Formats: sequence, structure tokens, C-alpha cells
Amino acid sequence: MTALIVLALTLVAMAATAVVLADAPERQAVTLSVFGLALVVVFMVLQAPDVALSELGVGTAVVPLMVMLAIRTMRKDRRERQQQTGDDGGDDS
Amino acid sequence: MTRRTRLVVFLVGAGCVTAMFVLAVLGMPEFGGSHHVYRDLAVHAAVKHRTANVVSSVNFDQRAVDTFGEETILITSVVAAAVLLRPAKGETERRIPQTGRNLAGTRLLGYVLVPITAIVGLDLVIHGHVTPGGGFQGGIVLATGLHLLYVTGSYPALDRLRPIAAFDVTDALGAATFGAVGLAGLGFAGSFLTNVMPWGTFGQLFSGGTVPVLNVAVGLEVFGGIVVLLAKFLEQDITVASSGKEGES
Repeated sequence: MTALIVLALTLVAMAATAVVLADAPERQAVTLSVFGLALVVVFMVLQAPDVALSELGVGTAVVPLMVMLAIRTMRKDRRERQQQTGDDGGDDS
Repeated sequence: MTRRTRLVVFLVGAGCVTAMFVLAVLGMPEFGGSHHVYRDLAVHAAVKHRTANVVSSVNFDQRAVDTFGEETILITSVVAAAVLLRPAKGETERRIPQTGRNLAGTRLLGYVLVPITAIVGLDLVIHGHVTPGGGFQGGIVLATGLHLLYVTGSYPALDRLRPIAAFDVTDALGAATFGAVGLAGLGFAGSFLTNVMPWGTFGQLFSGGTVPVLNVAVGLEVFGGIVVLLAKFLEQDITVASSGKEGES
């Protein structure tokens, strides 16, 4: 049991390092999803299935998806602003 | 604020946090020990109210007010995101062409998994007080399961399947139900969110009093909230175009 916990925690540390070292936000979104999956394993090993389910839904699916969509929206916005330089750059709220 | 002042403020703050953290860690019970005061109290209270899933009992019975606060945070952030992401001046919605660049295997998997995740999500919500799960987890599964349709590459199908107005109402209805159950507790037992319903038989579908009702309320709210939130992001990404410019997708 202890070996399993150590293994799962090592997995979390590795995945977390991968998230930090990923150089672009969209890569971080994907590695964040893997990190979430590693956390799910930890929660299962520590007998917390309720928390594992939450983490599975939020950490591996919803948050990475939202980050990806936010990045895409910002990129599109920036591209369009570069295309039409100047005339309606004022109202960006 | 100069760089130097900022550094001093940071060092003072970091020092205090470090000291408190070390003190807290030193005072913590040993990892994996067998002495758990809170667990013993919580399990006893959960069994008393015939709730098999102790975690659900803690969330929706013993500390239901905390959960009410969390759900309020969720609905507030959904509203705020929806307000920020509405089509701004000079942006128009455009219809998007059907995109079909996904692998056949991805599409098949998506279509097969949509009904399966829907059933799993419903099961998590409805049996949240008996087995691991609950309104929050079930709502998340239902909401993300629906977005498998986006993965299959059929955004129009997803758009047809989730009328946003209906999910706005679902979100609000869930939050309102939670509040109503709380007020019922206030009315019948004298304090907010008291478990006033009959407790039923331990381990059965009808057990735990208000816990399953609150699970369904939270399930509705989370399902509606996450769907609306993702819909707003997808809308910004896919169907909103700046005036005049209709280019890449």
C-alpha cells in the first residue's frame, strides 16, 4: 500500500513538473489534464473516490478544455485586431 | 511601489507564511494514523441520518451551508463569465459550415460515449447519497459528456441539443431549489438547511432525508452552469465574428 502511494505521488510530481516546464499555454492545458489524471490515481489509492470523481471531471476535462478555448478566443481576437488595425481597437471590454 | 519595497513586502509575507506552514505541518497528526476525531464524529452523524455515503452527508447535511456557499460562487462566476463573453459591439454571430475533418474512429467513439456518459452522470447524481458521487460530480459528467458531440466534430448537433436559454433556467432552478430546501429547514426545524425530510432506510434510494434532494439540485445547477459556461466560450470561438471580417474558423 505504501509503495502504491509513493508511486502515485511520484507520478503527480512528475506530471506537475511537466506542466511547469511546458513552454506554451496550450501544451500546459494538455499536460494539466495528465496531471489531473495522476491526482485521480492518488485520490483512489487514498480511498477518496468522491474527490477522485470531481478531479476527473474538473481537472482532466473541464479546466483544460476551458483553457484551450480561452487561448483560441484570445488568438482569434488578436489576429482580427491585426487585420483591421486601428479603427475599432478602442472598445475591447 | 519601488522594486525594493515590493521585495521587502514579499519577504515579510513569505516569511510569515513559511513560519505558519512549518508550525501547522509539525502539529499535524501522523500520515495514515488510526486516530481520526472528525471521521468518528462524521460517520456517526451520517449513520444517524441513514446516509450511506458519508462524504455526501458531510457535504449536504452536516456542512450543507458550506456547500450552499460554494454553489453560489459557481453560479456567480458563470453569470460573470457569460456577461464578459457576450458578443460585443461590432461582433456578429455567423453560421458555421459543417466541419468533418475528424477521424472516423474519434467520431464513432464520441457518438457511442454520449449516451453512456449521460447514464453514468444521472446515476452519480441520483445515487450520490448511497455510493461515491453526488450532484457536483454527476453534473460535471453530464456537462462534459454532452461536449463529446463537439469532439465528434458536429458542433451544429451540439448547438441544437443544448438550447442555452433552457440551461440558463436549469442553472437558476438548481440554485433556487437548494435555497428552498434550506428555507424549509428554517421553517420546520428552526435553522437553515436542517435535514427535515424523513430519513428512510439506510442504503436505499430513499434515504438520507434532504441529501438526495440537494444532490439533484446541485446536479441541475452544475450541469446547467458548466454547459452555459462552455457554450459561451465555444460561441466566442466558433460563431462570433468581428464586423465585416469572415475568415478563418
